Amino acid sequence: MKAWIAVLVVTVGASLMKALGPLTLGRRRLPDPARRVVSLMAPALLAGLIVVELGGDGLGGLDRAQVAGVAVAGIAWRLRAPMLLAVLLGAVAAAALRLL
Amino acid sequence: MTRESFVAGLRLGIGPGAATFVLGVSFGAAAVAAGWGAVLPVVSSMFTFSGSAQFTLVTTLPTGTAAAAIAAALLINTRYLVMGIAINDSLRGGRWWRAVQSQALVDASFVGAHDGGGRFDVGRLVGMTVAQWTCWVTGTALGVGLQPSPDLLERLGADVVFPAFFLLLALEEVRSPRAAVALVVGGTFSGLAMLFLDPGLALLAATAGAAVAAAPIHRRARGDVGSPR
Repeated sequence: MKAWIAVLVVTVGASLMKALGPLTLGRRRLPDPARRVVSLMAPALLAGLIVVELGGDGLGGLDRAQVAGVAVAGIAWRLRAPMLLAVLLGAVAAAALRLL
Repeated sequence: MTRESFVAGLRLGIGPGAATFVLGVSFGAAAVAAGWGAVLPVVSSMFTFSGSAQFTLVTTLPTGTAAAAIAAALLINTRYLVMGIAINDSLRGGRWWRAVQSQALVDASFVGAHDGGGRFDVGRLVGMTVAQWTCWVTGTALGVGLQPSPDLLERLGADVVFPAFFLLLALEEVRSPRAAVALVVGGTFSGLAMLFLDPGLALLAATAGAAVAAAPIHRRARGDVGSPR
């Protein structure tokens, strides 16, 4: 029961977080300085997601095989591999490193 | 929102969807192992639809109070407050209809729907999210059914899938000097915040990288704030 209630509360809370901006702003446009920040939000957020995914707990959980796998995916993509193939190569590289 | 942009979003969502599927399998298995039973993991994936929050709940609920687990799960989603504000100018209709459309916000869709200059294609956003939602729920159901061990998934390199996708999306997104600054500063802020704060706040700290990159000191940088796709 505890898990069901927790899931319900988190579902409602997560939904509210997405809706809060549109609910409070409505049709009002953001001022130009804020629009400039918004236009750069995607790369900043992606950088944060990569760091948090790789960092583990307080950056203490860095896994060399995982980091190497992600690097391989990046290199493969730079060498014009399609996105899915690049990611697959990264996963294979990490798996191979863990076998060693 | 046009049919074309929605279909384009569905296509764009296949890549992140594949990553989401793998993560969904992992979540389904972890949730069953944590005593959630067979139904709740799938219900959670259908309605909560937030991998980071769901994983946080699964890992923190058995070890602490429900209030602490809920707080941690919500904290990791605070970035959606910023993303909701960011996308509002591109939404149509009254505030309630905008709030409904904002439910399509997930990380990869937010990035994939960005047309540059702070404009977002809402059809593409929804299409990408539908693809990922389908994969997330299907993956969770499969994980509940098969219950692969987390150790097996890690040995197969499944933990590489999501950060690798984020890296490739980031490389695609960096189309101007300002975007490169946002990426580097956002990552640095996030890394520094990780040393002292919860991952949710570390993610929120990354968004400050956008503010730094957009500061007037960078106005003379060539390439401005990104070009339309």
